[in-house]
Amino acid sequence: MSFLRNEKVRGVLYQLITILGFVLFVMYIAQNTAHNIEARGIKSGLDFLNTTAGFDITETPIAFGQGSTHWDVFKVGLINTLIISFFGIILTTVLGLIIGIGRLSSNWIISHLAAGYIEIFRNIPILLQILFWYNIVLASMPSVRQSFSFFDSIFINQRGIFIPRPIFEDGSNLIGAGFILALIIGWIISKWSKKRHDDTGKEFPVVLTNLGLLILLPLLAYFIAGKPMHWDYPALKGFNFSGGKTFTPEFLALLFALSIYTATFIAEAVRSGIEAVNKGQKEAATALGLTPSQSLKLVVLPQAIRISIPPIINQYLNLAKNSSLAAAVGYPELVTIFAGTSLNITGQALEIVGITMLTYLIISLVVSMILNWFNKKMKIKER
Amino acid sequence: MAVYELKSAKQPPLGERGIIAWVRHHLLSSTFNILFTVLSIWLLFIIIPPLVNWFVLDADFVGTKKSDCGGDGACWIFIREKLKMFIYGFYPESELWRANLTIALGVTTVLLAAIEKVPKILKITSILLLPVASIVLLNGGYFGLTHVETNSWGGLLLTLVIATVGIVLSFPIGVLFALGRQSKLPIIKTLSIFYIELIRGVPLITVLFMASVVLPLFFPEGIDFDKLIRALIGITLFQAAYVAENIRGGLQAIPKGQYEAADALGLTYWKQMRLVILPQAIKVAIPNLVGSFISLFKDTSLVMIIGLFDLLSMVKLTANDRDWLGMDTEGFVFVALIYWIFNFTMSRYSKRLEDKLNTDNRD
Repeated sequence: MSFLRNEKVRGVLYQLITILGFVLFVMYIAQNTAHNIEARGIKSGLDFLNTTAGFDITETPIAFGQGSTHWDVFKVGLINTLIISFFGIILTTVLGLIIGIGRLSSNWIISHLAAGYIEIFRNIPILLQILFWYNIVLASMPSVRQSFSFFDSIFINQRGIFIPRPIFEDGSNLIGAGFILALIIGWIISKWSKKRHDDTGKEFPVVLTNLGLLILLPLLAYFIAGKPMHWDYPALKGFNFSGGKTFTPEFLALLFALSIYTATFIAEAVRSGIEAVNKGQKEAATALGLTPSQSLKLVVLPQAIRISIPPIINQYLNLAKNSSLAAAVGYPELVTIFAGTSLNITGQALEIVGITMLTYLIISLVVSMILNWFNKKMKIKER
Repeated sequence: MAVYELKSAKQPPLGERGIIAWVRHHLLSSTFNILFTVLSIWLLFIIIPPLVNWFVLDADFVGTKKSDCGGDGACWIFIREKLKMFIYGFYPESELWRANLTIALGVTTVLLAAIEKVPKILKITSILLLPVASIVLLNGGYFGLTHVETNSWGGLLLTLVIATVGIVLSFPIGVLFALGRQSKLPIIKTLSIFYIELIRGVPLITVLFMASVVLPLFFPEGIDFDKLIRALIGITLFQAAYVAENIRGGLQAIPKGQYEAADALGLTYWKQMRLVILPQAIKVAIPNLVGSFISLFKDTSLVMIIGLFDLLSMVKLTANDRDWLGMDTEGFVFVALIYWIFNFTMSRYSKRLEDKLNTDNRD
C-alpha cells in the first residue's frame, strides 16, 4: 500500500471522499424534502410569487394594494430594509464619529461619558434595545390630541413623528439640475485646487466653497423657476394626523436602537484608527511646523481613515443584517413580511427562507466587493 | 570655607500641581473645553437625579402585590416575585435542584477554566462535558430522573444552556472549517469558503427560521426534532462560521517557519496541526473568540422570535400578567442588567488576556 503514503494521492482521495459524502448528503436531504413536501401537501416552485398576497402592509414605499402579489411583498420588504439601513447608517455614522472623537478628548468628563456610552450600549442585546424603544419610550409618548408640537409643524405622539414634506411642482427639475451642476463644479474646483497645491503649495478653502455652491445653486434655481415647491404640513384630522411625512413608532424604534447600538462599534473603530497612527507621525508633523489642525487634517486623519473604514463598512453591513430584527416590532421589512407573513400564508418555507437568505447574501457580497475595492485603492503605494 | 548645599527644588506653582492642575488640564484647558465641561455637567445633572430617583429613592422594595407599589419609581417587588420564573422558566418546582446543580456545574467549569494552575486536560474535559451533562441533567429520562419537556425550560437557564451549547459545539466545527479554508486541497477549500461566507452573509434570524421551519423537511418523517434542538443546531452552525474566521486569523498570524519546522520534523498533517500550529493559532485568536462569544450570548435573545422562552421572552411574558400590567420597564431593565453583567465581565476578561498576550510577545 505504499502508494497510499503519497501525499498527492492521499489529497485526491480525501477530496473524493469529501465530494462523495457531500453529494450523498445533499441527495439524502433532497429526497427527504421532496417526499415530505408531497406528504404534507405543500406546493413547491416559485409560482407562489405571482399569486395574490391578500394582506395589508402599513408602510409601502411603492404601490401596494388588493391585487398585489407575493413578489410585490418581496419588493416592498426589500425596499423597506434598504430604507431603514440607509437612515440607520447616516445616523449611526454621525453618532459614532461624535462618540469616537469624544472618547479621545483630553477633557476627562467627555472621554468618560463617551466610554460609559460605549460600555453600556455595546453589552446589551440589540433585540432588547429595540423592544425597549418600542414598548417603553415610544409607547409613553402622549396621545394624538396631546401631541408635543414644535412650531405647529412637527408633532410627536404615540403614533410616531410627523414632519412637513416638500411637494415639488412643475419646473422643480431646475432645482435638481442646480444641485448636479454644483456637484460638477465642486469636483472641478477640488481637482484644480489639489493641482495648484501640488504645484505652488497654496491652499484654497475647497470645503467652504463647495458647501456654499451646494446651497446657493439649488436656491438660485428655486427662485429662477418661480418657487416651484411648497410644504405639506401635517394636520390633525379626526383621530390622527394626515399630510406631511410620518415616521411610525416601528420605524423609529428600529432606527434608534440600530443606530445607538452600531454607533458603539463605529466609535471604537474611529478611536482605534486614530490611536493606531504612529506617534512619530504627529511629532514629525509638528517638527515640520504644521499647526495641530493641519497635522490632524494632512497627516493623522488620512492614515487613520485607511485603518478605520474597513471595520466601519463591516458595521454598516451588520446594521443592515440586524434590521431583520424588525420582526419583533413589526416594521414591514424583508423578514417581517416576506419570511413572516408570506411564509405563513403560502407555507413554502424552503423557497421563501432561501430567497430571503440569498437576498441578504447578495447585499453582503456587494458590500464586500466595495470593501475590496476600497482596500485596493487605499493600499499604501510603495516604491 | 563656603559650604555648597543642594537646596531642594521649589514646588511648582499652585496652578501646576495637585487637584487644581488636574482640573485645569483635564477640564478647562481651552475655551472649547470649558464649554464642553459645563455642557456635560449640565447633561449629567439632567440625567442622573431622575435615574437615581427611579432606581432607588422612589422605588418600592417591600411588599408582595402590585398595589404595594405606590411610588413613581421602579417596582422591584415585581422582579422579586417573578424571579423564579426569570431564572428557571416553567421548570417544575420539585425538580429545581437539577436546574441549580446545572448552574453550579457551569460555574465550576468557568472557574476551572479561569484558574491558571488547573491542568489543561481537566479544563478541556470539563468544558466538553458541560453541555452533555447539563442537557442530560435537565432533560432527565435517565438514572431515575423524571423527564422534563424542553417546552418548560426557560428564563436565564435556557439562555445559558443555548449559549453554552452554542459556544462549545461550534468550536470544533469552526476549527475544522478554518483548517479547511487554509487547506491546499481545492475542493475542501472551496466548500469551506462557501459555507463560511454563506453563513456570515446572512442574519442569524434567517438561519433560525431555516432551522425551525425548513430543517424538519430535510429528515425522514419519523425523526422529529424538538424546537430547542432545532434552535441549537441553527445557532451552532451559525457560530461555527464566525469561530472559523477567528481561528483563521490566528492561523495566518503563525510564521511560515513554524509550518516548515513541523514539516522538517516529519510530523503528519494532523500532528502538525494538533501539536504545533493550532495551540499557537488559538492562543492568538482568543481575544477575538471571546468577542464572538459575547455576540453569541447577546444573540441568544433572538430565539424569542422562533417561540422559545429565554430570559427576554420570559420577562415579556410575565409583564403581560394581568396582576402585573405595566411592569415592562422594570423587566427590561432587569434583563438588560443581567446581560450587561455577563458581557461586561467577558469583555474585561478578554481585554486582560489580550494585554497578557501582548507582553508575552514582547519578550
